[in-house]
Amino acid sequence: MPNMQMNKVPMPEACPAERRRSFEEVARGYTAEDAILEAQRCLNCKNKPCVSGCPVQVRIPDFIAKVAEGKFEEAYTIIRGTNALPAVCGRVCPQENQCEGKCIRGIKGESVAIGRLERFCADYHMANMAEQNKTEPAADALRVAVIGSGPAGLSCAGELAARGYRVTVFEAFHIPGGVLVYGIPEFRLPKAIVQAEIDNLKAMGVEICQDMVVGRTVTVDELFDEGFAAVFIGTGAGLPGFLGIPGENSCGVYSANEYLTRVNLMKAYREDYSTPVLKAKRVAVVGGGNVAMDAARCAMRMGSDEVSIVYRRSEAEMPARKEEIHHAKEEGIIFRMLTNPVSIAADERGFVTAMTCDVMELGEPDASGRRRPMPTGEQITLPVDAVIVAVGTSPNPLIRMTTPGLDTDRRGCILAPDGVSTSREGVFAGGDAVTGAATVILAMGAGRDAAEKIDTYCKNKFGLN
Amino acid sequence: MFKIVEKYALNTTTDYLSVYAPRIAAKALPGQFIIFRLHEKGERVPLTIAGYDREAGTVSVIFQKVGRSTMELGECRVGDEILDFVGPLGTPSHLDGYCRVAVIGGGLGCAIAYPQAKYLHEHGAKVDIIAGFRTRELIILEKEMAACADTLTVLTDDGSNGSRGLVTDGLKAKIEAGADYDLVIAIGPPVMMKFVCLLTREYGIKTVVSMNPIMIDGTGMCGGCRVTVGGETKFACVDGPDFDGHAVDFDELIRRNRMYQTQEQEARDQHCNLMKMADNAEN
Repeated sequence: MPNMQMNKVPMPEACPAERRRSFEEVARGYTAEDAILEAQRCLNCKNKPCVSGCPVQVRIPDFIAKVAEGKFEEAYTIIRGTNALPAVCGRVCPQENQCEGKCIRGIKGESVAIGRLERFCADYHMANMAEQNKTEPAADALRVAVIGSGPAGLSCAGELAARGYRVTVFEAFHIPGGVLVYGIPEFRLPKAIVQAEIDNLKAMGVEICQDMVVGRTVTVDELFDEGFAAVFIGTGAGLPGFLGIPGENSCGVYSANEYLTRVNLMKAYREDYSTPVLKAKRVAVVGGGNVAMDAARCAMRMGSDEVSIVYRRSEAEMPARKEEIHHAKEEGIIFRMLTNPVSIAADERGFVTAMTCDVMELGEPDASGRRRPMPTGEQITLPVDAVIVAVGTSPNPLIRMTTPGLDTDRRGCILAPDGVSTSREGVFAGGDAVTGAATVILAMGAGRDAAEKIDTYCKNKFGLN
Repeated sequence: MFKIVEKYALNTTTDYLSVYAPRIAAKALPGQFIIFRLHEKGERVPLTIAGYDREAGTVSVIFQKVGRSTMELGECRVGDEILDFVGPLGTPSHLDGYCRVAVIGGGLGCAIAYPQAKYLHEHGAKVDIIAGFRTRELIILEKEMAACADTLTVLTDDGSNGSRGLVTDGLKAKIEAGADYDLVIAIGPPVMMKFVCLLTREYGIKTVVSMNPIMIDGTGMCGGCRVTVGGETKFACVDGPDFDGHAVDFDELIRRNRMYQTQEQEARDQHCNLMKMADNAEN
């Protein structure tokens, strides 16, 4: 008999008053008892609607059944069969729009907490796993270059290594992980988790080369010259967009990328690191997505007195996950909706003092299907000493500038008609570099698809690997 | 890890450093830069490439010990390893097709101007170098610059080398004497570049400047290095570091470069105090 409780077993969380100044993980994770109790809520539906909502088709009811039996390692193995980074996905996937959005239990009451259970299994595995034996690809294995070590690159590398290829991952930064380490903050995704996933790949024989800017240090064509049979481009969407308003280059105006990189990757929140970042008293974060929530919650943790989210539409249109909005509010972030920045003022030394915004109202739906924000004619001026711009990113131009014959669209996204094959033979791409800024799980799915296509390509061209 | 293969002082505040980095040495061109991170807790600091030896696989930089990270780099010895050394970053300088060029270097800027002058000289352009320093003790690369210039003018703010003046005075004298430059390259403190550009604008001479703003990654992902050029925001790390000097908003650049002045001062003081304590402990 399933557990017919209407609500999910609650997630243990650090209390808002304490955590708003701490970089420790907010959601503490289920205990084994919590996990079993929650797993028993699953009805094990015959047609598995949850699986159809998962971009990598994790066998959800199967792994949940194992959790209910207390066979956590077996549950982990089932997840790992189709998902290369379960500890990451369990934490950052927008489950409410994916697997959990399709859950029958969600029709009346709350859906099964699939994400929390996935995280539990992955954390259980990490805490209990035996030292992994290092495996090496065969001496004559074909070599594949993976550019970028974010979700797309890591999942592609893992899948290729599992298929016997000798994989080298090239990362421009000094630490691998891409957006998982520079973008998503420690309190939402501890960096030790990402590192453990990367160590996993290394144990599978994947080589990771940091400090390698493909497009500068080496080009895609030179990688082929060096003997790589195929190249996967998973360079994400790292080029920050700005508002294009007067005063935006004042001191104290950051892209969310820069602010988050200083705080997360470069650990500006720790005294023992040399990274400088302005300790602002009043911070405005412009944007309504998950990145805006991350930036705002980081600013609060860096000691700001007042942090506000400034968004030109209303809360209903915000692209951020409900859970992130909820956490941000709990931590005291102010939400200024229907507020659109028009100019930033600075003092004589060039430091930000205020941001003036149009007060907006919602009109008719626009191309995105959301109601278009229109200025009311009224303006407000917010006194702030830092502004963080989180209004989206687009793919980095370095590779398309230096790879002749690689077709891209107007936004700089790599064209891949089947999702992963590009206009260049032997060159595959996936994740945000193809789709524009999207989610971790979609990028991982693309990385996996690309690995399959690369495998087929290599087998056709070079014979059996 | 990147091994330091050569290191010596050019003056009391400026060091020359050569690093074994064959991949970067193979591709580096004048005008490009590297980013180094000395140790696990260090900053990422951009430095313009001063030279490269493709055969030996080495890349050299010249840097002034002005902040904590450059001071720490200055304390390294030959044989020590730098944790991260990334490059070559930025778009190489466009130096082909010029006949008569004035290369202006201000202080440490000479370290960046020198490889450009050398390239131009080797490719047949007539090159006048005008180098400015605060005082005689700070003069660097005098011999090297003399070897790749048709004329070399070295000026000091205080006249301690016998030639008092600003680089703009030197440039103006050359132009007035009839030098018909088709390009002026100005590399140095932003305020120097600003005044060179004001001067060359009067004469209608194309002027290229090299930016060295604050940045993290050097690949276009942080946007910290943005500069206004011709009213448009550009990223110095990918669109530059060279820009049309007549279009750059130097005042904005000067303000942005001072963004962390307070923090930098504190970090420097902390570091200096620590080193002093270490010295005293040894004695």
